[in-house]
Amino acid sequence: MTAPGGAIALHGLTLGYDRHPAVHHLDGTIRPGALLALVGPNGAGKSTLLKGIVGEVPCLDGRIDRPGLADAIAYLPQSAEIDRGFPLRVLDLVAMGLWRHIGPWRRAAPYRDRLIGALGTVGLVGFEDRLIGTLSGGQFQRALFARLIVQDARVILLDEPFTGVDGRTSADLLRLIATWHGQGRTIVAALHDLGQVRAHFPETLLLAREPVAWGPTEAVLTPRNLARAQTLSEAWDEDAAICDGPAGPPASLHAHTHGDEHGHHHGPGQSHHHRNAP
Amino acid sequence: MTATLIDALFGPFLEFGFMRRALVGCLALSLSAPPVGVFLMLRRMSLMSDAMSHAVLPGAAIGFLVAGLSLPAMTLGGLAAGLAVALLAGMVTRSTLIKEDASLAAFYLISLAAGVVLISLRGSQIDLLHILFGTVLALDDPALLLLGGIATVTLFGIATLYRPLVMECVDPLFLRTVSRAGGPVHYAFLGLVVLNLVGGFQALGTLLAVGLMLLPAITARFWATDLGGMIPVSIACAMASSLAGLTLSYRADLPTGPAIVLAAGALYGVSLLFGPRGGLIRRFIRPRHLEG
Repeated sequence: MTAPGGAIALHGLTLGYDRHPAVHHLDGTIRPGALLALVGPNGAGKSTLLKGIVGEVPCLDGRIDRPGLADAIAYLPQSAEIDRGFPLRVLDLVAMGLWRHIGPWRRAAPYRDRLIGALGTVGLVGFEDRLIGTLSGGQFQRALFARLIVQDARVILLDEPFTGVDGRTSADLLRLIATWHGQGRTIVAALHDLGQVRAHFPETLLLAREPVAWGPTEAVLTPRNLARAQTLSEAWDEDAAICDGPAGPPASLHAHTHGDEHGHHHGPGQSHHHRNAP
Repeated sequence: MTATLIDALFGPFLEFGFMRRALVGCLALSLSAPPVGVFLMLRRMSLMSDAMSHAVLPGAAIGFLVAGLSLPAMTLGGLAAGLAVALLAGMVTRSTLIKEDASLAAFYLISLAAGVVLISLRGSQIDLLHILFGTVLALDDPALLLLGGIATVTLFGIATLYRPLVMECVDPLFLRTVSRAGGPVHYAFLGLVVLNLVGGFQALGTLLAVGLMLLPAITARFWATDLGGMIPVSIACAMASSLAGLTLSYRADLPTGPAIVLAAGALYGVSLLFGPRGGLIRRFIRPRHLEG
């Protein structure tokens, strides 16, 4: 089963740290052009899944197929991971998005209009010479979105892009996301605000280490699914035994609209082992 | 008046060949070490470079044991030991729970002790002092060529690595998602650090090798807002400190290496007080804030 061009297919995907799965037995396909929200409690594996797709976290089991996309994925991490004390100007931060065009040595100057244009799109006109340390949280997030615009990627992964961002900024950025969706890009965003998800994201994956439900947002975000997600995510077992197989099917397979295979294939050669060492 | 000032500053260099050599060596070091120091400081690796400079010692000591006070042997030994400790500390950090600062502290204490013991096996107290505090007044031709070579390699290296290095400092995760350059760039940069420590070791000795690397870089932070300003300012500071330190050590008969580092320290102190970017005086006399 290979994914069609531009799709990201997850096959029995288990991602984690130190053999503890943070994402457990995830199957499904993110089709090209999807606008998918990743929802789940803290520690549900949303960030881990995004990191897995960009290759930051290795697969413990299963695999991710992203044919033709290895170089076309843009990823916005939680901004806490960026050193904002570094004396860098906003324009230079945005210009990082040009890496695939200019690499380490070619000049960025010919792209200046494009960079200024991207800053204009996110409402940061005139900020190009400010140091990144002088921006407010919302302005900094806008600058990172400008970098995403410059990256011009077919797949855009956003990790909690609206945390600590005021309503107007998130509204602006949501409009930008809608524009990207209209251009046929694939967008996956980890989010906490269910209202935002219901209003702007047609498709949702509810995650609680295991996939709870994946499908049209209204079918996924039911009180029953949300309660189940909460229960599942709280059970982090220090002394977990080796996992022998799928830990129960996702609650609402019927909600899934893509006709993907959901069975877990644990042949003898495929059973995975992530028992904690004593 | 000007004549006496010129004589006071440059007299020793006009008069003595060894002073000219010392000046040339220090200027070469001032050209290469401060830019490396700027990146070290911005990556919060200042103390790490200090630890690495001590790690150069046992390598140099082994070179000394094999070939006496010979420049090539001690340089090669120092390079090998410095690179080995940089790599080992990185590996220990990546594969165990120990943080990088802790693992470096462990390595540097061990290397410093091992180095001193190794030198004492064969050398005198004088040899030990030379290695610990440098021999800037005894730089011979090969040593000058080495310092010039290190400056050349460093400047070209930083020019080549500049963009990925900045990205690796600000947003390493982003660099990893767009390119595999992050790892090689990091190790190339560590290589430049070790190279400059070995250079500094020739002039200032193992204990003060980072002096011309870090003090001017930290000083520059008080005068410039961005990298494009900080690097030239740090180089200028290092050159001024070299000139002042050498003159001072000649006039007041002070040990040369420490005099140069103290001159850099004096510049740092002045900048700490009067620097326009976060200097202390600026804090106390607050200018009236703007309207918007």
